[in-house]
Amino acid sequence: MANPAKTLAAPTAADRAATDMAAIIKDAALFALVTFGLCVPIVAFRTDLSQTSALDLVPRWGLVAILCGIVFVARLGQRLVLANRDARRALTPSPTQATEAVDATPNASQKISAYALPAFLGVTLAFPLLAVLGTGGLGESRYWIDLGILILTYVMLGWGLNIVVGLAGLLDLGYVAFYAVGAYSYALLSTVFDLSFWVCLPLAGLFAGLWGMVLGFPVLRLRGDYLAIVTLAFGEIIRLVLINWTDFSGGAAGISSIPRATFFGIPFTADEDGFAAKVGLDFSPMHRVIFLYYLILALALITNGVTLRLRRLPIGRAWEALREDEIACRSLGINTTNTKLTAFALGAMFGGFAGSFFAVRQGFVSPESFNFLESAIILAIVVLGGMGSQIGVAIAAVAMVGGPELLRNLGFLKAVFGDHFDPSEYRLLLFGLAMVIMMIWRPRGLISERAPSIVLKERKRISGSLVKEGHG
Amino acid sequence: MSVAGINVLVDETRARAAGTRAPLLTVRGVKTYYGNIIALKGVDLDVNEGEIVTLIGANGAGKSTLMMTIFGSPRAREGTITYAGRDITRMPTHEIARLNLAQSPEGRRIFPRMTVYENLQMGAAVNGGAHFEQDLERVCAMFPRLKERLYQRGGTMSGGEQQMLAIARALMSRPRLLLLDEPSLGLAPLIVKQIFSAIKELNERDGMTVFLVEQNAYHALKLAHRGYVMVTGTITMSGTGKQLLDDPSVKAAYLEGGRH
Ligand SMILES: Nc1ncnc2c1ncn2[C@@H]1O[C@H](COP(=O)(O)OP(=O)(O)OP(=O)(O)O)[C@@H](O)[C@H]1O
Ligand SMILES: [Mg+2]
Repeated sequence: MANPAKTLAAPTAADRAATDMAAIIKDAALFALVTFGLCVPIVAFRTDLSQTSALDLVPRWGLVAILCGIVFVARLGQRLVLANRDARRALTPSPTQATEAVDATPNASQKISAYALPAFLGVTLAFPLLAVLGTGGLGESRYWIDLGILILTYVMLGWGLNIVVGLAGLLDLGYVAFYAVGAYSYALLSTVFDLSFWVCLPLAGLFAGLWGMVLGFPVLRLRGDYLAIVTLAFGEIIRLVLINWTDFSGGAAGISSIPRATFFGIPFTADEDGFAAKVGLDFSPMHRVIFLYYLILALALITNGVTLRLRRLPIGRAWEALREDEIACRSLGINTTNTKLTAFALGAMFGGFAGSFFAVRQGFVSPESFNFLESAIILAIVVLGGMGSQIGVAIAAVAMVGGPELLRNLGFLKAVFGDHFDPSEYRLLLFGLAMVIMMIWRPRGLISERAPSIVLKERKRISGSLVKEGHG
Repeated sequence: MSVAGINVLVDETRARAAGTRAPLLTVRGVKTYYGNIIALKGVDLDVNEGEIVTLIGANGAGKSTLMMTIFGSPRAREGTITYAGRDITRMPTHEIARLNLAQSPEGRRIFPRMTVYENLQMGAAVNGGAHFEQDLERVCAMFPRLKERLYQRGGTMSGGEQQMLAIARALMSRPRLLLLDEPSLGLAPLIVKQIFSAIKELNERDGMTVFLVEQNAYHALKLAHRGYVMVTGTITMSGTGKQLLDDPSVKAAYLEGGRH
């Protein structure tokens, strides 16, 4: 009776792996075939002007073969990784799905965030120094510090928008409007009324916050896609007003010669009253750049600090509850109107701060800096970061803003694709590709786990008094 | 024998006390519409202080609509709703919730991405979390399952656990009047019993007034001091729990002719 038992037994692990492998290779081959089909009309022939100025078709089958090969390998790799991950998952269910009592120790992603945050902070604080040391001089480090400023601006914008989209769950496609309000507030107040940056900064935040409420009121009843469309329109309206109201905003030409940042009143100039002379350094235009770097770093950290603090307060909790269930919120006594308006106003305020920083850094503002693409990039940062995760947003900002810059340095690709190849022209293509990959790999953003907002100390006390004494 | 005698005595005093108490919630001639469709066709109903009142009725009768109308969404188009002497007919929902009135709505509506603990905190938010620790221990004693799962995300709990959480969340604000819409939905019979005895205890020990909407008519009417029957948007019958239980038409329609 041993024989039938043997035939009935489940296929061995080796059998299953073999059939899996065959299926995976088949699948990858199918992908390569589809790529080939797509390549034939798009890539396989290039049209060149011949000497007789007729069009010549230059076949490029080698390139097609390379592309198909890349797709085949990528798909193969993806399937293998996914298969491994699924197998691993099957062995260790996640703690949130466990059927046994759940212990209160933080999970892996929370542990990573616990280390990532100080590490991130350390690197950003030391970044100008690292840049100077790495490039070998103050002047040479300018490119890197400028890039750092740009990234931090987007980190701050991402954190600001995160309040509205990530925490309160209100999809805002017109966030750049508040960035614009902040920038123009500083530009106008400083050029018309000669106010200093430090006076203008809070005012710019205030104005942007007020505009946040102006947007908030009409859209109180909207959610999801309808809200997105109205906010998108709002962003465009602000931009169009700035373009067309020439008397007020300078129209499409914008506002130039905006006063530069000063070190709390001391200008960064070469003369005796300048910052360098007062501090006893040799003058360098880089002093101002480094100051700007730390300024935006401080602004970003304030944004982060305020958000983290608010998450623990009733208002922050109300935002998160609002994102989950508006009706339940109301029946628990939460004024959803006020909750939404504060989310819009606070998010807008930080956008306004970032905007006035933008103006003081550029010394020039024009409506074209505030188009829809900006809103889209900021929103993409929030979504890729994982809707609500502070560290995720920061990582996404580095990737989204720093990534395209990396493309400039990929000169070696010229050796592969010929001298005309300029990698930065493929920026948007890679952008799209990165998005698609992200959505396959982590459909809910880099750090999708929402960290409970209870502090650890409290957690210990509760688990000590309630959980330990036994189940049931 | 003596034990039964005492029980009868207690029941009588309870009924008498309930009868003499002032009405806490009065619903008069309430009509509610969804667009042009009328869902409540003029409902009259009273809940007295210290009572358990049950509302039974077929699917789609309008029980949940009445519950939500009391909470101000949807709003009654006609009629008045008075709670503790105040007209709350036109009050916004969140202000009604601050009047010491809590609700465990149909479909639970817990916050899925928040932990059980945070859900309970949301329930306590109305009174600023004043007695949070105490109340937490109280609901944990009532539902030990929640105690085991304080840090699990609400959305990953089983349906019955979510139901317990919804009730516990409503209790966190120490309501004077508790509105429960089908608390036994999706729960195992043993848990249903526990929940009903918990309701009874809350009523007897803490003097909490309870308005209960139930499909589980037998248990609900047995528990309640008084009951109402709703048919397509109107109250067709009312009486003490016992009267309704004994009524042949109620028996035929809601008790399958016999017990449950
Ligand atoms: N949002 C809505 N829009 C339109 N009609 C609705 C809406 N909600 C409920 N109704 C209708 O109102 C009537 C009463 O619904 P309600 O939910 O109050 O019933 P119920 O007595 O609670 O039923 P059940 O026992 O099944 O929960 C039903 O006919 C229902 O279809
Ligand atoms: Mg119902």
